[in-house]
Amino acid sequence: MGGSWLQYVAGGLTAGAIYALVALGFSIVYHASHAINFAQGEFVMIGGMSAVSLVALGLPLWIAVPLAVAGAVIVGLLVQRLALERAQSGGQADVVTLIIITIGVALFLRGLAQLVWDKRIHALPAFSGSEPITIGGATVLPQSLWVLGGAAVAVLALGWFFNRTLYGKAMRATAINPLAARLMGISTRGVMRTSFALAAALGALGGVLTAPITFTSTDIGVMLGLKGFAAAMLGGLGSFGGAVAGGLLLGLIEGLGAGFVSSAYKDAIAFVVILAVLFFLPGGLVGARRSERV
Amino acid sequence: MTPSRSAAGAPAQDVAASGPAQPNPRRPLGRVAVRAFEVVVGLAPRGPQLGALALVLALLPFTFANNYFYEVAILVALNAIVCVGLNLLIGYAGQISLGHAGFYALGGYGSAIAAARWGWPVWASMPAAVLAVGALAWLVGRPTLRLKGHTLAMATLGLGVIVSIVLTNEDRITGGPDGMAVPPLVLAGRTLQGEPVWYGIAAAALWLAVWLAGNLIDSPVGRALRALHGSEVAAETLGVDSARWKLIVFVISALFAATAGALTAHYAGFITPSKASFLHSVELVIMVVFGGMASVWGAVLGALVLTVLPQALTVLKDYEMMVFGAVLVITMVFFPRGIVPTLARLASKG
Amino acid sequence: MGLNPQSVRHFARRWLLPLGLPLALAAPAWGQEPIRIGSFLSVTGPASFLGDPEQKTLEMQVEKINAEGGVLGRKLQLVVYDDAGDAEKARTFAKRLLEQDKVDVIVGGSTTGTTMAAVPLAEAAGVPFISLAGAVVIVEPVKKWVFKTPHTDRMACDKIFVDMKARGFTKVALVSGSGGFDKSMRGECLKVAPNHGMQIVADETYGAADTDMTAQLTKIKGSGAQAVLNAGFGQGPAIVTRNHKQVGVGLPLYQSHGVASKEYIKLSGDAAEGVRLPAAALLVADLLAANDPQKPIVTAYRNAYEGKYKSEVSTFGGHALDGLMLAVNAVKAAGGTDKAKVRDALEATKGYVGTGGVVTMSATDHMGLDLSAFRMLEVKGGNWSLVK
Repeated sequence: MGGSWLQYVAGGLTAGAIYALVALGFSIVYHASHAINFAQGEFVMIGGMSAVSLVALGLPLWIAVPLAVAGAVIVGLLVQRLALERAQSGGQADVVTLIIITIGVALFLRGLAQLVWDKRIHALPAFSGSEPITIGGATVLPQSLWVLGGAAVAVLALGWFFNRTLYGKAMRATAINPLAARLMGISTRGVMRTSFALAAALGALGGVLTAPITFTSTDIGVMLGLKGFAAAMLGGLGSFGGAVAGGLLLGLIEGLGAGFVSSAYKDAIAFVVILAVLFFLPGGLVGARRSERV
Repeated sequence: MTPSRSAAGAPAQDVAASGPAQPNPRRPLGRVAVRAFEVVVGLAPRGPQLGALALVLALLPFTFANNYFYEVAILVALNAIVCVGLNLLIGYAGQISLGHAGFYALGGYGSAIAAARWGWPVWASMPAAVLAVGALAWLVGRPTLRLKGHTLAMATLGLGVIVSIVLTNEDRITGGPDGMAVPPLVLAGRTLQGEPVWYGIAAAALWLAVWLAGNLIDSPVGRALRALHGSEVAAETLGVDSARWKLIVFVISALFAATAGALTAHYAGFITPSKASFLHSVELVIMVVFGGMASVWGAVLGALVLTVLPQALTVLKDYEMMVFGAVLVITMVFFPRGIVPTLARLASKG
Repeated sequence: MGLNPQSVRHFARRWLLPLGLPLALAAPAWGQEPIRIGSFLSVTGPASFLGDPEQKTLEMQVEKINAEGGVLGRKLQLVVYDDAGDAEKARTFAKRLLEQDKVDVIVGGSTTGTTMAAVPLAEAAGVPFISLAGAVVIVEPVKKWVFKTPHTDRMACDKIFVDMKARGFTKVALVSGSGGFDKSMRGECLKVAPNHGMQIVADETYGAADTDMTAQLTKIKGSGAQAVLNAGFGQGPAIVTRNHKQVGVGLPLYQSHGVASKEYIKLSGDAAEGVRLPAAALLVADLLAANDPQKPIVTAYRNAYEGKYKSEVSTFGGHALDGLMLAVNAVKAAGGTDKAKVRDALEATKGYVGTGGVVTMSATDHMGLDLSAFRMLEVKGGNWSLVK
């Protein structure tokens, strides 16, 4: 039984990588607009389902994947333009109002998806084969490595973008103080749109990478949105490293909880841990302690 | 960037602060309409409004063609009870809860288990369950309400999900994911069954809930709450014990939810764990925000529209979810503070 | 004008009543009354695996019957509501079907939860209700107005245990999901296992939306089991199947009738090789003997469904077809839509050949199928094959 804990870890990290990608999307949008985008899970769904359709049309994976991600980005931009921008420009929008709007968007996208596609479950072919790899007694699917790798690359790319490029720094400036940023000539609108596009792209990428393992259907958005949000909160909303850490940690707790305690209660165990962390560290694991303006 | 606490929001809607707008003397009919509207959307229910509510509730059944209408009306009333309570928490106290369905379900399950498994009479199991949920809310609320904003949302969400998982898994007591049958309400030897009877019960409960909420808002408690919502720090410097008031409102809203849950369970004759789900919690929050935060009538309106709308949209079949989502988005974009307060603001402007 | 009792009463009498009455008198004034079939199904939500093919089948079959002249010269009118798997929504829709739409028969209830929510209503209203859900509790104890078409979960357990016993297994590991179907079947299997001399040595569960079951299967690997039984439907079993191969459990895997669709094989890939499950003859229409009584109906249904919807046929749609046809035949036998007569005709069904099996009901058996209606299938070469 010595190798079994390793399997729990491997399985947990696989699920965790999925949560990490969704959580990244939450963090990016929050970072820019202090809004929680509950439609994030739907971007994952759109990415996966689009890829399935494109592959069914006969396109090879390496074309279908970028196209699917591009499609999700377009949807994200449309959503941001038509729904959120109007609400935020009105000036009266409360945080809760924005949340409700994103929930409405999620419902709309899900309903639309069920019309465009169907209600069945679909799979994508694995990117590089489906023979499990054995590492010290635990088995991992090659696709899991793709997911973990994808999350790692995404974090590094985001880090580079936000720290090394001018536009990335402009986006961070807008997050810290929108008015000052505008005075410096940075378009807040552009920043919002870019954030949303990035979040959509990340979600879609996650959907495409994980579809070979987890399957995809028009229904997956809800649970993913919930867990992605939980992971983002655990890590610290607005922090990219935190989102990834939160996602991986959430997956790990679930896997270890299922293995060692009770598979029926693993989600409850995970949430108990998250609550415990939040009671002591309200900003999440990595989140900065925020000071409040009086 | 500081989290937006909508300083321009709730206190501006404060009933005590704003008096009725000056009507335009050149349009007497408009003046009457504006006045009537103000009375109706006046944010804290008062005497004549409560009377009007009682009248509407009493007369509504005459328009019901069959029991299905009664059913929808009962569901609206019971949802409205939860929403009125939740609105006190979200709208007036400014604390968000994404797990209130947990209290609702625990109220229902508590009464169901006591009545079905322990043989208690229903007229005893219901209040017992409601009080038990209130006690639980007290215990849980203390640590939880120290959190703010999104963290509070996450914490309440987590609690709701945990309740849902426990209810699903402990199938020997709760009947598992398919739920359990709930005995009907027996009062003084008579079994209270059937839609018309339950409409009476639900309508009376709703009226009571609205009356209670109105009294609460107009009382010193209510003023303390609204001060809290405006700025917690400022309120504390004025001597408002924010932790205590937040907890009290949390418990009260939990009591409302548990009552509605228990009533629904005994009306429907069964209960399932999906009543504690995250989706149900979100539905409740949507009803409150849609109808109008910091407005008791808004909460009732939100419950009304969002309970009736899915029934009406069934004609759209496959388009139902899309249209529902679109309605939600469009409404919140054009009525950011909810329907009732936005209309009230428009009315007071001219 | 103010808000006073007289004016409000006047308003109600003048405006609300005339608006309310036409809604009530919605019964049309034209000649032949259509036969109203009501249905509430879980078309969206966690049970859409069941409800979606059920709705498609009902619509397809009603269209076909109407094109062929209807029943007793009357058109069939189908009213379908989507309860999204929620029992309370199902109850409200059942009430709507009974009170507002005034249906003659209800064929619906994709899940046990939604079915049981509507049972008291059907019983009280005295309207025949044919359920499409699996749990044995629907017809045990027998309720006067409630029938069902799918095999019960207890039958599935029995069939599987019989096969396991024949292969010499006595130690079984259970793995099931958190949904109603899963838990109900798990409960039944735990109950009937001793009857077959089976010992349950592991009992793992997973969440409905979980994407990784390697932890549960690792525990099963080390539990000393000789065979694994997965009770579930939807995507869970497909993931379990894949993880089962990935982790190298190396034990024979049995699925439930909840995965009775080729979609399961497609999703599980080659991990499904050698998996056994009890299922209705519908899945192996081509493999049936030429003189098998079920061959004509299952072949016809499969061709019609796959032709129209371009997707794999499933036994859930088959159960909906059986439910509808049982109702239609009962109406024909009763000579009309008198609810009591239709109910009696349903109960008197003898030897009806459906997609699920040959149905013979009685006053004590409102399902009408026995263990022989289940065929034991095995996945071979990416396709179904019959186990003799």
